[in-house]
Amino acid sequence: MEKFLLKYFNLIRAAIAILIGIIISVCIIYIISKEPGFSLKSLFLGPLLSKSRFGNFIETASPIIFCGLAIAIPFQAGQFNIGAEGALFIGAVAGTAFGVSTNMPAFLHIPLVLLVAGLTGAFWGSIPGFLKAKWNTSELVISLMLNYVAYFIGLYLINFHFRDKAAGYLVSYKLPETAWLVQFIPGTRIHIGVIISLGFAVLIYYFLYHTTLGYEIRISGFNINFARFGGINVFKVILISQMIGGFIAAIGGMTEVMGVHRRFNWQLSPGYGWDGVVVAIIGRNNPLLIILSSLFLAYLRVGGRILNLLSDIPSEMITVIQSIIILLITAEAFLAQWKYKITVREAKAKEVSSEPYT
Amino acid sequence: MENILSLKNIVKIYQNGVIANKDVSIDIEKHTIHAIVGENGAGKSTLMKIIFGEEVPQEGEIYYKGKKVNIKNSLDAIKMGIGMVHQQLMLAPDLTVAENLILGIEPLRYGVFLDLKKIIELTEEASKKFGFKVPLNKKISNLSIGIRQRVEILKVLMRNAELIILDEPTSILTPQETEVLFKSLKDLKNHGKTIIFISHKLKEVKLIADKVTVMRDGRAISTNDVNRLDEHMIAHMMVGRKINFKRIPGVKKVGCPLFTVKNLNYLSEENIFVLKNINFEVRAGEILGVAGVEGNGQTELVEVLTGLREATSGKIFIGKENISGFSPRKIREEMVAHIPEDRMKNGVAEHATIEENIIVDRYHKAHFSNKSMFLDWKYISKSSNDLIEKFKILTPSSKAALLSLSGGNIQKVVVARELSSNPQVIIAAQPTRGIDVSSEELIHNLLKDARDNGIATFLVSADLDEVLKLSTRIIVIYNGEIVARFDDIKNITQQDLSPYMLGIKKKGD
Repeated sequence: MEKFLLKYFNLIRAAIAILIGIIISVCIIYIISKEPGFSLKSLFLGPLLSKSRFGNFIETASPIIFCGLAIAIPFQAGQFNIGAEGALFIGAVAGTAFGVSTNMPAFLHIPLVLLVAGLTGAFWGSIPGFLKAKWNTSELVISLMLNYVAYFIGLYLINFHFRDKAAGYLVSYKLPETAWLVQFIPGTRIHIGVIISLGFAVLIYYFLYHTTLGYEIRISGFNINFARFGGINVFKVILISQMIGGFIAAIGGMTEVMGVHRRFNWQLSPGYGWDGVVVAIIGRNNPLLIILSSLFLAYLRVGGRILNLLSDIPSEMITVIQSIIILLITAEAFLAQWKYKITVREAKAKEVSSEPYT
Repeated sequence: MENILSLKNIVKIYQNGVIANKDVSIDIEKHTIHAIVGENGAGKSTLMKIIFGEEVPQEGEIYYKGKKVNIKNSLDAIKMGIGMVHQQLMLAPDLTVAENLILGIEPLRYGVFLDLKKIIELTEEASKKFGFKVPLNKKISNLSIGIRQRVEILKVLMRNAELIILDEPTSILTPQETEVLFKSLKDLKNHGKTIIFISHKLKEVKLIADKVTVMRDGRAISTNDVNRLDEHMIAHMMVGRKINFKRIPGVKKVGCPLFTVKNLNYLSEENIFVLKNINFEVRAGEILGVAGVEGNGQTELVEVLTGLREATSGKIFIGKENISGFSPRKIREEMVAHIPEDRMKNGVAEHATIEENIIVDRYHKAHFSNKSMFLDWKYISKSSNDLIEKFKILTPSSKAALLSLSGGNIQKVVVARELSSNPQVIIAAQPTRGIDVSSEELIHNLLKDARDNGIATFLVSADLDEVLKLSTRIIVIYNGEIVARFDDIKNITQQDLSPYMLGIKKKGD
């Protein structure tokens, strides 16, 4: 039993953290809601209660998975690039611009639009990457600042050059149908992009753990001096890891545009890049765990939206709940004392059963 | 005689499940120098941390001056009169000696301002009282290691320590500095202090200690009067078998120069010569040892030779090929292996697995990966397991995290990787630093075998015994310059080398 606890300590800790978060949120809801039963149901079961809500939940998870992966790769390389939000935004703008200005059959149009978006995102990731590799600037600060640059450049391009004046509000022209990602489950907006995101997660997992470049990235993240010592070209690793991150984030933004809205309609930065940081941390930068943490976060987000629509509780509540859970999961010391006690008991038991010292 | 400190049945288990101390009981008599010896990982340091309050044991009792005590942190220990001089000295390099001495016990004027006059008075008084001469107004960073250590000891004394723990104090000193230290320690004993002295140099234990406790595998297996034991008996107890102190037999056949360095200079960012006109060659089948006090350019020299740092001028040759300015990967492709001086900083990634650590120089090569793109984990595990067996690395699996190994086994992983890379030149810096005697012996034998197989080895070590034991020829480095060369070392002793190491003597070129 204790062996089992030690082995799955991280999972058990996450479960307990979530449970505590839920208990606290239940308490808060009871205090501020006039109809707590209904509110609780909306929040925790809401996303499962109709087909369209379930669709919402899955569709929301997709860009979060992309952004989680986009953050996880530079993080694994020890590069704290948090520019997924900017890369997603600027990439989606570039992809949209290319999409609305060209005409070709779907089998070419879809991959090309995604490629233009991805390459733009990769370029965006290369800026902090290159500056770090060359002059050791802080990729954290640069990527953070570039998020704003991306946002305002993107808005400028959409609002002044690709704006659909017939739409009546600030959006781009609609993409031609050849650049749409099909919504394949009737009654929902679940689109091909969801499948692409899952495919990417598996691909990135394989990339990180089974390719030489993935190995170089992980070793550089563990100890960059050791990587250099062993002959790894760390300049390349620092640059490429951030380019791949930008590439994936941009694909995430573009699939959202192509699959859900079919035109660029973000006047505010959508925030998936920040969700990406959260799910990468909860998923410990492991692509497969990021799928789970993204689903979890998307579920909370959709539950929050439903709560906001149907009950008397503001959606800010959901942010409180999320914060508590994330805080507990990411706090390394949470339950560490408990683990230590079990370790001590285990070690003693082993010592007693081994042969006596002579 | 009366005991100042008694440890009874101490048990300490770390977070990772390692049992560092198993049922340890030791009595420390007042006014003695009590040596504690043992291999690395025997539990000496943990036990000292427990006495000094840096670790809390799970079980056991501590009696200080006959009273049962509960030491929760170092402040408790200091208040009781226990002081510790760590192996890595704990001084602020940019403050003066006097400022370091009064750190934490500063005399104040009006409760806010430092009383500078009082500081000098207090420190001078202490310096006189214990006969510890130190330059009070000099910055720590301008002082030699030996003097810094005296400052650290004085600092402990000024906090009224009666029991002083010294953690491997001589590992950073030259033989001359060691002599001075020992004289001071004897003086302190006469002043009524009690000293716990940790070491694995048995000669020193014989020289200075009254009592010796041998630790092995987390237990204190014996405590004796030092004069009832000789070095070999102590060594036998430490490792549980006989070990070899002798120099290894001479070279069979020395070939042509494989590794040549010509007029190498390295200027630091402040435009100071860190390496000045370095010239040497290492021939096939020999070990060239570099003796020198640490910090005289050895670190930079090794980094330049292995491509981690760029030389200001000069040339490096492998065979006939000029490799100056090559990247670490390209230098490795010239079949150069590198055992780095700081294994945790450069030699390993502690959170990666053993096999991930082993393949860092070869993951892109045939068999380890397919077309240099896709790793073949099956082959990697197989070859890692071969090395684990061959180099006697103690681990349950090649997929275990490196972090779970002891220091000696981590160094074996480094050595296994480097020696299995089929090198023609080995650059080994501090190859056995801080590891247990049996791992040390294994590594020494491996380096000797490499030598006999015609490999050229460049050995840098702060441990003179090691340099003398392994080298075919020796060069001495002082202040970034080679100040002496010994081509025949048969009759050379530590005493012959140390005047050059300290810059007192210099052989004319």
